Amino acid sequence: MQAEAALGRVGLWLLVMVLSVVMAATAADSGMAAHATIIGIIAFVMVWVTAARFDPLGKTQGFFKMPEGPSRYDDDPIRWGVLATMMWALVGLLAGVFIASQLAFPQLNIEPYFNFGRVRPLHTSAVIFAFGGNILIASSFYVVQRTCRAQLAFPALARFVFWGYQLFIVLAASGYLFGVTQSREYAEPEWYVDLWLTIVWVAYLIVFVGTLARRTEPHIYVANWFYLSFIITIAMLHIVNNLAVPVAWNGSLSFSAFAGVQDALTQWWYGHNAVAFFLTVPFLAMMYYFVPKQAERPVYSYRLSIIHFWSLIFLYIWAGPHHLHYTALPDWAQTLGMVFSVILWMPSWGGMINGLMTLNGAWDKVRTDPIIRMMVMAMAFYGMATFEGPMLSIKAVNSLSHYTDWTVGHVHSGALGWNGLISFAAVYFLVPRLWKRERMYSLRMINWHFWLATLGIVFYAASMWVAGITQGLMWREYGPDGYLVNSFAETVAALHELYIIRALGGVMYLSGAIIMGYNVWMTISGKLREEKPMGAMPAYDPEKDRPIAGSASPEPAE
Amino acid sequence: MGLATQHKKLEKNINLLAIGSFIAVAIGGIVEIAPLFWIDNTIEEVEGMRPYTPLEQAGRNIYVREGCYSCHSQMIRPFRDEVERYGHYSLAAESMYDHPFQWGSKRTGPDLARVGGRYSDEWHVQHLEDPQSVVPESIMPKYSFLGETPLNTDNAAAMLVALRRVGVPYSDRDVGEAMADMILQANPDSGGDVEDFQQRYPKAQVRDFDGDPSRLTEMDALVAYLQMLGTLVDVDSAAAQERLAEEKGR
Repeated sequence: MQAEAALGRVGLWLLVMVLSVVMAATAADSGMAAHATIIGIIAFVMVWVTAARFDPLGKTQGFFKMPEGPSRYDDDPIRWGVLATMMWALVGLLAGVFIASQLAFPQLNIEPYFNFGRVRPLHTSAVIFAFGGNILIASSFYVVQRTCRAQLAFPALARFVFWGYQLFIVLAASGYLFGVTQSREYAEPEWYVDLWLTIVWVAYLIVFVGTLARRTEPHIYVANWFYLSFIITIAMLHIVNNLAVPVAWNGSLSFSAFAGVQDALTQWWYGHNAVAFFLTVPFLAMMYYFVPKQAERPVYSYRLSIIHFWSLIFLYIWAGPHHLHYTALPDWAQTLGMVFSVILWMPSWGGMINGLMTLNGAWDKVRTDPIIRMMVMAMAFYGMATFEGPMLSIKAVNSLSHYTDWTVGHVHSGALGWNGLISFAAVYFLVPRLWKRERMYSLRMINWHFWLATLGIVFYAASMWVAGITQGLMWREYGPDGYLVNSFAETVAALHELYIIRALGGVMYLSGAIIMGYNVWMTISGKLREEKPMGAMPAYDPEKDRPIAGSASPEPAE
Repeated sequence: MGLATQHKKLEKNINLLAIGSFIAVAIGGIVEIAPLFWIDNTIEEVEGMRPYTPLEQAGRNIYVREGCYSCHSQMIRPFRDEVERYGHYSLAAESMYDHPFQWGSKRTGPDLARVGGRYSDEWHVQHLEDPQSVVPESIMPKYSFLGETPLNTDNAAAMLVALRRVGVPYSDRDVGEAMADMILQANPDSGGDVEDFQQRYPKAQVRDFDGDPSRLTEMDALVAYLQMLGTLVDVDSAAAQERLAEEKGR
C-alpha cells in the first residue's frame, strides 16, 4: 500500500471512529450507543491495522490458505463469502437449537438479553440473511463470472459489498439482543441499519449488472435472470416495507409509515416475498447452475425455464395476503392471495421438474455422489414445501393451521430441506474449486452430513405437523355441554414432548453442519481423507452370479 | 419457435430483462396494497378509537422491543371458538393507530387483542415477573427486570411528534404535555390535571400499575398498555352492531 493512500485511509477511519464515539456518547438509548460502539471498535481496528501498514487481509488469506496469484476470475470475495456462509450457518443453527430448547424448557431463558423474544429474530436473521445471504452473494459472484466469461466489474465495490453486508449482519443481530427492533418479521433491523443495507444492496446491483454488461457471451444465462430479479425485487420490498420515521436522529426507535391494515399487508407483502425472492428465486438460480454442473448434464428444458422464471416472479408477489386469512384485511384481498398461492404450485413444480429432470441419464450419480444426492433431496423438499404452502393458504385449512406450529414446520421443511441442503451442496461444489483442491477432504463425511440433515428435518417437520394439528384441534374443541374443552395452558402443556423432539431434530441438523465445517476446514488445509469410494459395487463374483435356487424360470418367458 | 426466439431479445439485453422483471413483480403489490388506502372498511373510524397515551405507547414500545409478537397475536378471527375464548373479533379500525401493527403470526401464548381488564394489575405484574408462578404450564420467559428498570420519559414528546408525522392525530397540547401525561397516568397524585388528561384520552386508566407508586418503571408502562388493549371500542353496543351488519367485504 502507498504511504499517502495509507495515511488517507487512516484519516478516514479515524473520522469514523471519532464520529462513533460522539454518537455513542450522545445516543438517546443504549441500543444505539452499543451500535455506535461496535462501529467505533471496527474503525479503531482499521486505524490500527492501516497505520501499522500491516497487511491483515494477506495474513488471514494465508491462514485460510487461499490460493494466491492471478486467476481467470476474481474469486477472492467468493472465498470470503463461502467462509462467512459456513460460519453464519453454525451461528444461525445454534441459535435455532437454543430457542427450540427454550420452548421445551423455559428455564433456559436468560432475561433480558437471551429471552426467546429477542433471540428468535437473531435466529431467523442469522439463517436467512447471514447464512442464506452470504451463499447468495458468493454464488452469484461465482456464477455470473463463469456464465458471462468475464471478471467481476468494480472489484473494490465487490469487496465493499461483502464486508458491508457483514457489518449489516453484525448490527442487525446484536441489535435484537439489545432490543433494537421494528417488530416486522424478517425486516426487524431499525431505520439506520436499513439505510446501510440499502447502500450495500445498490452496490451489489452495480457489481452484478456491471459484470453482466462485461459478458463475452451473447446470452445472459438463466441463473442470472433469477439472481437479477432477486436483487431488484429485494430492493423494492426492502425500501417500501421499511419506510419509517425515526423518533430522533441519535436514537434507534422509529415508527412505521403505515398503520394497522395497511401496515399488515405491506409487511406480509414483504414477508412472503422475502420467502419468494430471497429464499426461492436466487436459490433456483443456484439450482440452475450447480445441478447441471455437478451432474454434467444440460438443463432439462430451456422453454420450461423461461415459463418457470416469468410465471414464478409474476405470481409470487400476489401471495402475501395468505398470511392474513380471516383477519381484518378485506375479504377480496385474502381470496386473491389464496388463489394466487394455489396457482403458484404450478410454476414451483415446473421449476422442480426442470431441476430434477436435468439428472436424466445421470441418476446413477445419486448413489455414488453425495453432493448430487444432497441436491436431489433439496429439490424434493422444495417440491414438498411448495405443495404444502398452497395447501396451507387455502382458507379452510388455514383456519386450523394459522397461528400454530404447523406453519413453523412448513417453513423449516422449506428452509432446512431446500435452502439448507442446496446451499450445503453449493459449498461442497465450490470449496475444492475455489481453493484448487482435487476434491473435498471426505466424501463419506458429506454422506454423514446428508443423512443427519435429512433425519433431522424428518424429526423437525413431523413433530411440528403433529404439534400444529394438535394445537389447532384443541383450541376449537367443544364438549357435549357446548363449552370449550381446553384452557389455553392445557394446549401449551400438550406440546412439551413434541418440542423436545423438534429440538432433537435441530441438534441432528446442527451436527451435520459441524461435520461439514470440519470437512471444509480440512479441505482448505489441503488434506485428502483416505476412504473407500462411495457407492462402489462389490467385485464381480461368478459364484454368486447364478439363478436363485428353486426358481422355476430365471429368465422371463419370451 | 415463437416463445424461445422472442425471449432471446430479453436474454441479450440487461435493461429489457431488468425492466421486464421489475414490471412483473410490481403489479401484484400495487393491485393488492394500494386500494387499502382508499376503500371504506380499511380507513373507517369507529367510535371510541383514540391515539395511545404516552404511557401506553411507551408500553407498546417495550412490547415491540421484547418481541412479544413472536408468541402473541393481537387479531381475533371471526370463529366461534376464538370469539368465545378471546372476545369479539378484531376490527380493522382497532389497529388504526398501530405503527407498526402487532397482529402477530403465531400463538405460542394466547391472543392479547382484548386482554385489557381481564386480569388485575397484580396478576400481570406477578405473571411478568414469574409466569410459571401463576400459570404452571406456561413456557413464557421471565420479565422481572421490567419492574427494576426506570421508564425513559425524556423522549415522550419526540415520540408523539414522530407518530404525528406518520398520521396519528396528537394535538399540540398532547405533545407539550407528553412527559407530564406519562408520569401522571401512573401516579395520579403527582399533581397533574387528571380530568384534562382523561378528556384528551377518553377511557384512559389512571393509577399506579406496578404496585410501587414511588417509581415509574417499564413495568408500569407495559401493564398500562396490556390493560387498555381492546377496551376502547364498545363492540357490543347497538350502534356498533348495526354498523357491522352493514359492513361489506369482510
